[in-house]
Formats: sequence, C-alpha cells, structure tokens
Amino acid sequence: MFHDLFSSKSKSKAAKPTPIALSTRVRLARNISRYPFPGRAESDQKKKVLKLCISALNGVDELKNGTVVEVDDLSELDRQILVEKHLISPELSQADESGGLFLSNDRSCSVMVNEEDHLRIQVLGNGLDFSSVWDTADCLDSHIESKLEYAFDSKLGFLTACPTNLGTGLRASVMMHLPGLVMSKNMDKVINAVNLLGIAVRGLFGEGSDASGSIFQISNQQTLGESEKAIIQRLKTTLDNIVEQETMAREKLMEDDGMRLIDKISRSLGALKCCYMIQSSEAMDHLSLVRLAADFGIIPERFRALADRMFIEIQPGHVQLSAGKAIEPGQRDHLRAEFIRKEFSRLPQINLDSVS
Amino acid sequence: MKCHHCENQATVHLTQIINGQMHKMDLCESCAQEKGVTNPDNLSISNLLDHGVIEAEKSVQGMTCESCGTSHQDFKKGGRLGCQACYHVFRPVLEPLLDGMHAGIEHAGKVPDRYAGEAVPEVEEEEQGPTIEEQCQEIKKELHEAVEAENYEKAAELRDLLKKLENESASLT
Repeated sequence: MFHDLFSSKSKSKAAKPTPIALSTRVRLARNISRYPFPGRAESDQKKKVLKLCISALNGVDELKNGTVVEVDDLSELDRQILVEKHLISPELSQADESGGLFLSNDRSCSVMVNEEDHLRIQVLGNGLDFSSVWDTADCLDSHIESKLEYAFDSKLGFLTACPTNLGTGLRASVMMHLPGLVMSKNMDKVINAVNLLGIAVRGLFGEGSDASGSIFQISNQQTLGESEKAIIQRLKTTLDNIVEQETMAREKLMEDDGMRLIDKISRSLGALKCCYMIQSSEAMDHLSLVRLAADFGIIPERFRALADRMFIEIQPGHVQLSAGKAIEPGQRDHLRAEFIRKEFSRLPQINLDSVS
Repeated sequence: MKCHHCENQATVHLTQIINGQMHKMDLCESCAQEKGVTNPDNLSISNLLDHGVIEAEKSVQGMTCESCGTSHQDFKKGGRLGCQACYHVFRPVLEPLLDGMHAGIEHAGKVPDRYAGEAVPEVEEEEQGPTIEEQCQEIKKELHEAVEAENYEKAAELRDLLKKLENESASLT
C-alpha cells in the first residue's frame, strides 16, 4: 500500500523537465519552544513532540489529504526508498524512535519530525524556480507557526540544533546536471569558486555522496545575517552563472571535438540498450549522457524525462522494491540491467541532422 | 595589515593555541619589542590581548547547560547544541564562531507573528535612515565586536570606514 502511494502519483504530476536545472528545493529548520532538540531529548520528550506535530500539522492546508508516516513503522527497505526519493534524509532514516514524515497529496511539500531539528519543512519544485517554491514554504511555515510555538530569539532568529542553520534555518538548493563542466574538467574550479561565496556543492544524495551522473546539489551555506530573499537571490545569481558556464562548456566540447562527444553519447545509449549487468553509478553516468543528448536535440526530448525518472528508479532500494524483496548486489545489477534494457528499448539512433 | 596596538604596519605575526583555541595577533616591530614578544620563552598572547575573549573561553570551560545537560565539551565535539537555553549559556564562545560561519551575526529574516511586535520599532528606525553619528556608533560597536572575535581584517576595514565617516561629518560641519 505504502509503495503504491509513492510511485503512482509522483509520475502524474511530473512537469516537463528542463535542461541543466532538475529541481529546486527549500528547507526550513524549526524547533518547538521549551523542548530540547531531538539529539538531546529523552524518548518520551520526542514522543510528545511527534504527538504535538501530528495534531498541529493535521489542520494545515498544504498537507490536507496527505500522508503521515511514522519512521518506526517502516522496514529498512522502505526507509531506503524514501531516501532515494529525497523524501527523508539519511539521518531521519536511521532515527531509532519517534521520527515522522508528513507528505502533501501532490508530494511537493513534506515535513520531517525529530530529525536533527524538531521540524524540517521542505518544498520541492521543478526546474529552477525559487519564487514559487519559497512562497509555498513561507506559507506552510507560517501556517505551522500559528499552531506551534517555535524556538526563536530576536537577535539570533530561529534556534537550531546546529549553529550552521541558525537564523533563517533556510537551505535553498538546486539539483544541477553539469556534464559539460565535468567533461571539460572545470568542475573543481567551479566548486572552489562558489565555496568562496558561501555556497556548497554536494552529490545527488547530499552530504558525502559522490557526483555520479554529473548531478550536483548546490545550496547556500550561510543562514544568519541576511534575509531569506537575499540568501536566495545570492544563490540564484551564482546558479545563473553556473548555467551559463555549463552551456558554454557544452558548446565548446561540441566545437572542439564533437565527433568524440557524439561517440561517447552513442556508446552510452548502446550500453543502456544492451547491458546485462550494471551498477547504479555506471548506469547514472550513461543516463547523464542520455539527458545531455536530449538537451542537444539529437534524441527526442521525451527521453530527458525518462532519464530523470530512471536516476531514482535504478537506485538499489528501488530495484529491490521491484523485485519484491531484498536481494544480493550481484543479482541486483542483473535485475537493474533488465529493467534498463526494457525502458530504453525504444531509444532511437542519434539523429545528427538535428544538431544546430 | 596594521599593528594590533598602534597604526604601524604589522611585521610580527603570532599564533598561539590556548585551551585548544587558536589566537592570532599582528604587531609592529616596536610594539613587539615593547611587549617582549621577541623572547618566546615568556610569551603569552593572553597577556597581550586587551579584551575578554580568553576570559569568555575560560568562563564557559567546564560549563554545562542546566536545562538539557549539554556541556561545552559536547558542543565542541559534536558541533550541536541541545536546546534553546544552550544559545544563552554558550553565547560567549558562539558569537566568534557565528561570525566566521555566516554573513552576519544578527537575524535579518522572517520573524514569527508572536514576536513581530518586538521587531516593528527597529524597522521604523531603519526607514528614517540613520544619521552619520548613528552610523559611527554602529560601526564602533561592530568594530568592538570584530576585535572581540579577533577578526582583525574586518576590524581594519571598519576602522577605515569609521575614519572616512568622521572626516565626512567634519567636512559637513
């Protein structure tokens, strides 16, 4: 039951995916006044916080007809799948007690309870779209705030377990597909340059994850001393800059040695159509090139959406979900390959006439 | 870089670890001589610092938040605080940290409705625009904070800005 809930609807709402920026996310960290933060809370205090949140969040418009999940009730595999879908953090998936997840009906809004902070409010949007994502998060936060008293200090702002989130509690991030910068070996330069601006670059699954598939999560690091709008504006300026750099890097790759790039893409298409054993990191690198090919217009655009969906569905948890049970890595690679072959069976040959 | 004690160019740069915290100081040749810095045996930055950072550091050593039981050691080790009261207890060590971590040390974002009353007068003041004297006062305060936090680069910038403003104010009158 639980899994149907996630897979059926997430597809129906998928808007048309855009090149380079995959998705935009805003996260707000909040704590409830007078209760110790989850890391220091006793078991009954955490239970009480979860109870308080359940009764408060039930009346919130944005979460109407949504889903409430208590992490304790989930199997190991369920938790892994939620992490792969970016619906809960790896940290909450390991929570031993009283972790909770609220999910809106369309899945764009979620609230994690008893993670590092009592509440982690998250809003997700397609492409690069801070204005509507921020407005939704701001409203959702205000609605919750009308029912719960937040820990707040007029000088330090919203109080969080980690001082790195203090003030606004805001983490704004965009998932970016940057194969041009990776292939031209400019990504390190970009990472160093944006770090100096107080902006962090991580892999697809956040802290500690690698950059398989050339997908990066780019977010603000500083949360105190600036307004939410100013933080977002600064990040947005940097992201626009990165989009420009990525576009230039792609053009240059095509100009300098287009045949080699087309060959690389073409081999990836071949691998996806013909593989019999494949690990998720290799699959992600091939999917990255499918996405790039769709951006170049040398395969039909609809394969960009397929690649985006596959980035999630080829992850270990999802492969085991489709198998209906936990399976060994070797067998998983075999199953993953079978699934990928099927999905990409209609992938056409590259059409070079359409290259502009 | 200017000397910590006078206006001369700093040529002696000291770094010392006290209670696990790094302290840096820049001095000119003559101040360094005067303070006996050239003799490393009896050197202690804590004697040179004319402010309370080390005192603050000492005062929270071994301190524990009564409300949740988080100790200064816990915070140093895990980087996380235990409850809202910790922000009060560990404030002396927290402020210099926040300064390096964030764009500023004062909240400039959203204010919950139930606190909104407090914030309104501040906003009104800002709208009128501060006078040069008020700006100078503000900068002096920031300068003091920068020195407390041992952020000498920022302090130097602020000092230059202050001079400029004072000159401006003098030329106006």
